[in-house]
Amino acid sequence: MSKKRVVSSTINGQQVEFLTEPQQSLLECLRDTLGLTGSKEGCNDGNCGACSVLIDNRLVNACLMLGIEIDGKDVVTVEGLSNAHELHPVQEAFVLEDGLQCGYCTPGFIVATKALLDKNANPTEDEIRFWLAGNLCRCTGYDKIVRSVRLASQLMNNAKKDLQ
Amino acid sequence: MKTFDYEAPATIDQTIALMSKTSGHTFLLAGGTDLLVQLRSSNKDVDLVIDVKGIPELNQVNYDEFSGLVIGAAAPCSLIYESEPILENFPAIIDAATIIGGKAIQNRASFGGNLCNASPSGDAIGAMMSLGAICNVVGLKGARNIPIEEFCIAPGKNVLAKGEMLISIQIPSPRPNSGSNYLRFTPRAEMDIAVAGVGASIELDSDLNRILSARIALVAVAPTPVLATEASESLIGQKPSRSIFEKAASVAKETISPITDVRGSAAQRKHLIGVLTRRCLDIAVNRAGFVS
Repeated sequence: MSKKRVVSSTINGQQVEFLTEPQQSLLECLRDTLGLTGSKEGCNDGNCGACSVLIDNRLVNACLMLGIEIDGKDVVTVEGLSNAHELHPVQEAFVLEDGLQCGYCTPGFIVATKALLDKNANPTEDEIRFWLAGNLCRCTGYDKIVRSVRLASQLMNNAKKDLQ
Repeated sequence: MKTFDYEAPATIDQTIALMSKTSGHTFLLAGGTDLLVQLRSSNKDVDLVIDVKGIPELNQVNYDEFSGLVIGAAAPCSLIYESEPILENFPAIIDAATIIGGKAIQNRASFGGNLCNASPSGDAIGAMMSLGAICNVVGLKGARNIPIEEFCIAPGKNVLAKGEMLISIQIPSPRPNSGSNYLRFTPRAEMDIAVAGVGASIELDSDLNRILSARIALVAVAPTPVLATEASESLIGQKPSRSIFEKAASVAKETISPITDVRGSAAQRKHLIGVLTRRCLDIAVNRAGFVS
């Protein structure tokens, strides 16, 4: 067994220190060490996107990173989107448009959608489908997911208007 | 994954020292989108993984007219396609950077990693080869510059000696009146691996009427991405037209002996090289300013 190393990073807004062996993936660290089981293990080789998280606001697959690589970085997982009282607009939109069936891929889709809408507040259907190409869903056939993303875009734009 | 040690040096010298003094199996880690999958699935022997993302030279994307474009070996696809000078001057690079994996992969996967991984189907390799890229390599014995067409030597194998590392890839500034393109065929529109791919760059004379130079690179139809030298030379001095592009495409098709594998048959690959070469040249020459 190789020696454990200390990793210090910000996860969902909180300063976190944890121990990892170098060969442990970020996904293993999140789920098994830190108890953040929202990110899912699907393919474990970068094809399915069920483990999508944000590192320094960039969308990545947690299975294709080592946990040790997030030292000093800012990480957002699906658990970091809602506050204690209400869902994030992206989550609300997936509920309202039935953008899920079994739910296994959903955390990945929701994190990927947040990354998309942070970059592009009004994506077209093509842009949505292109952006989500790295997330696989075996249940919905994607149409409901695309509708959820469009609704999420409206909800987030409305929330911005309300603030103004 | 087997257990291993991990180092994240801040300089090239430290990295070379680490690689040289370690007796076991050492791998350099950039985006990890190939390496971690390989370490996990093949149960490869591994003693040390050296993360090179903290080395400034490996993360640069710099362009100036005189020295051309320098892409740091660890710079991810997204950094590449968000670069204004690349968007303006190197369209084939943008074509490749935007079709490798999905968004999450593009935020990690590097052109340097794609090159060092030396897959026959490396899209970035084909695009860079069509633009005459040079690989900047450093090792214990000093630095050397390797033309990209000599960098990959077999599937998964490159020319780097033990203790050597790729620092960056250098691409000359585009000549006036030139254009480039990279195209591939995949069964899925996104998140797939090329059955065949073609990169091309074309330079026209000042009247935009004759081809001064051309470079065509073929992907996934040989043990490594390859230059289609004869096909490229067949274009020199010619006026761009469908018929000369078709001729170059058939020359390219005849010079390759692809294999049949899970992604496609040899016959399909030959056919695809014919179609893709013609289309790729067509787009490259339009980008060079040619109006038919």
